[in-house]
Amino acid sequence: MKLSAYISGIGVLGPGFNHWPQTAAVLSGEQPYVPAPTVLPTPAMLPSAERRRTGRVVKLALAVGWEATSSADADPKQIPSVFCSSGSDGHICHEICLALALPAREVSPTRFSNSVHNVAAGYWSIATGSLAASNVLCAFDASFVAGLLEALTQATVDREAVLLVAYDTEYPPPLHAKRPIPDALGVAMVLTPERTPSSTASIELTLTDEPHDKMTDTQLEALRVAIPAARSLPLLRLLAMGVPGRVILEYLDVSRAAVQIEPCS
Amino acid sequence: MKPLLLAEYTATSCIGRGVAPTLAALVEQRSGLTRCEFETVRIDTHIGEVPGVDAQRLPTALQIFDCRNNRLAELAVQQDGFFDAVQAAAARWGRRRVGVFIGTSTAGIMQTELAYRARDAVTGALPASFEYGTTHNSFSVADYLRQRCRLEGPAVVISSACASSAKVFGSARRMIEAGLIDAALVGGTDSLCLTTLYGFHSLQLTSPAPCRPFDSARDGISIGEAAAFALLERVPESLDGNSVLLYGVGESSDAHHMSAPHPEGLGAKRAMQAALDAASMQPGDIDYINLHGTATPSNDRSESQAVTSIFGPTVACSSTKGATGHTLGAAGALEAVISALAIRNQLMPGGVHTMRVDPTLTAHYIRENRRATVHRVLSNSFGFGGTNCSLILGRAG
Repeated sequence: MKLSAYISGIGVLGPGFNHWPQTAAVLSGEQPYVPAPTVLPTPAMLPSAERRRTGRVVKLALAVGWEATSSADADPKQIPSVFCSSGSDGHICHEICLALALPAREVSPTRFSNSVHNVAAGYWSIATGSLAASNVLCAFDASFVAGLLEALTQATVDREAVLLVAYDTEYPPPLHAKRPIPDALGVAMVLTPERTPSSTASIELTLTDEPHDKMTDTQLEALRVAIPAARSLPLLRLLAMGVPGRVILEYLDVSRAAVQIEPCS
Repeated sequence: MKPLLLAEYTATSCIGRGVAPTLAALVEQRSGLTRCEFETVRIDTHIGEVPGVDAQRLPTALQIFDCRNNRLAELAVQQDGFFDAVQAAAARWGRRRVGVFIGTSTAGIMQTELAYRARDAVTGALPASFEYGTTHNSFSVADYLRQRCRLEGPAVVISSACASSAKVFGSARRMIEAGLIDAALVGGTDSLCLTTLYGFHSLQLTSPAPCRPFDSARDGISIGEAAAFALLERVPESLDGNSVLLYGVGESSDAHHMSAPHPEGLGAKRAMQAALDAASMQPGDIDYINLHGTATPSNDRSESQAVTSIFGPTVACSSTKGATGHTLGAAGALEAVISALAIRNQLMPGGVHTMRVDPTLTAHYIRENRRATVHRVLSNSFGFGGTNCSLILGRAG
């Protein structure tokens, strides 16, 4: 069975990336890449009581998920989702570990609830009212391809549209020294088993031994290496250029993902 | 869905290392819960601690993975000849054709908890010896098992709180069906740590007594630790009728609250129905339900409502968490193995520690073991974030 689907919506937010159309203009070379700290919007889609509790991971994942489903004209209440991240909320983890290192060991109940790896998927379900299945993955630096594999198998085997959301945020010090993710970056895609009016390209994935592609721009290559979700950049560049092609994405030490793209004419 | 074979399975929890001691504890209705004396934790609660985890060693070449969680995974994978069975599968299918799908909620976060205690007094830096990626990071347990078993197929951790290691069966199923792999090492590993003990305590969800699922006086969970694994393969043409198959996986979300279940069990009901649909079964086809049954007042109430709305008030059900504790991200896999043991031994394990079943809960909760026909079992796992997963396992013949 070929692992293939149509890309019918994209969302991006990251350092110097405000949304997919602007990101595409940068990656296709129309605009220069101007690095700037990632600006995360307040998730207006959440009830205010929940909104106050959300950290950067949730804000990031909801923003790109929303952009992708909106541009795909997909109903966020119905579409199953795959969330993948190399870690949960680093700031919450830091606060909990700080509290546990003090004699009183007073862990905030809200922080604990939001410390789970599936915090973004939980808030996505609350925000959209979605009862659909959500799968939440981690494969450390290989998390983007792990999520893409999962989403493509869902679209291929179960013949249903699926929302893929890949996202990573920074850890504060002292954890930052051990896991130096510099800023927040998220990428979302709606993958559909059939072509829709919103489809921009078809995608097919195979595993390979070939070496992975890098970004030619040194700043973008540094970003690709620094943030696990940015391992998607060679794929995003191909999509931005709107041309057929094949890219090799970094995955596990023993294998890479070869992705074939054919734009919808 | 096409059924899959549980070619091998093993479980290690506070009631035993491997399936024989686990079964013996279930037959004797023995609980492994003890008063919490874990590490420096000072909470009035009971826990399900696996003896001997601290003494477990990892192979020298994989020392970078050393932490309680990976020690527990190593301990468990050596039981029941499971490690050798994985090697045989790798030889048979090829190392590239065996995937690794492991559920965990906290992996080796205890290493970070300990590192924060040992921060440099001046700079605040964590100790040089602290390794983040191979201990604390959620993927570390799948990465450890992948390297330990020298498997080269796709590898991933699923971390959706207490539904994690039920959901691994769904991901493995899709990847086998897609033809990307021929076999999958699936399972879950979660180990005791301060984050979950103090965290659940802060939410007032831990019981001072051993947990009493479905009891009128139930007042919270007992946290446990476990590692449980299965080797999933396509169903071969010839098969022993006693073999255990995975017939259905059903998944859903609650869209309700991060740490409280939907009051009527809306998502739970949807997951159970989806599992029945995937298995092409009717509610009457299920002989026994292994409940999520955490023993919090709200979980058991909403789960009971959801179960009764689909299965009515007669199908026998129980929670084995009175015996094992709530093993969080390992619960789905542990209870899948317990379900397999129930099927192989025609045993419905009665729920231990429950003295008086809450009369307001309509599901048919059993406290005593039953020797009865157990051909098909439904097992529930629900988690924070409102994530739900139900599995259906059954006899091949």
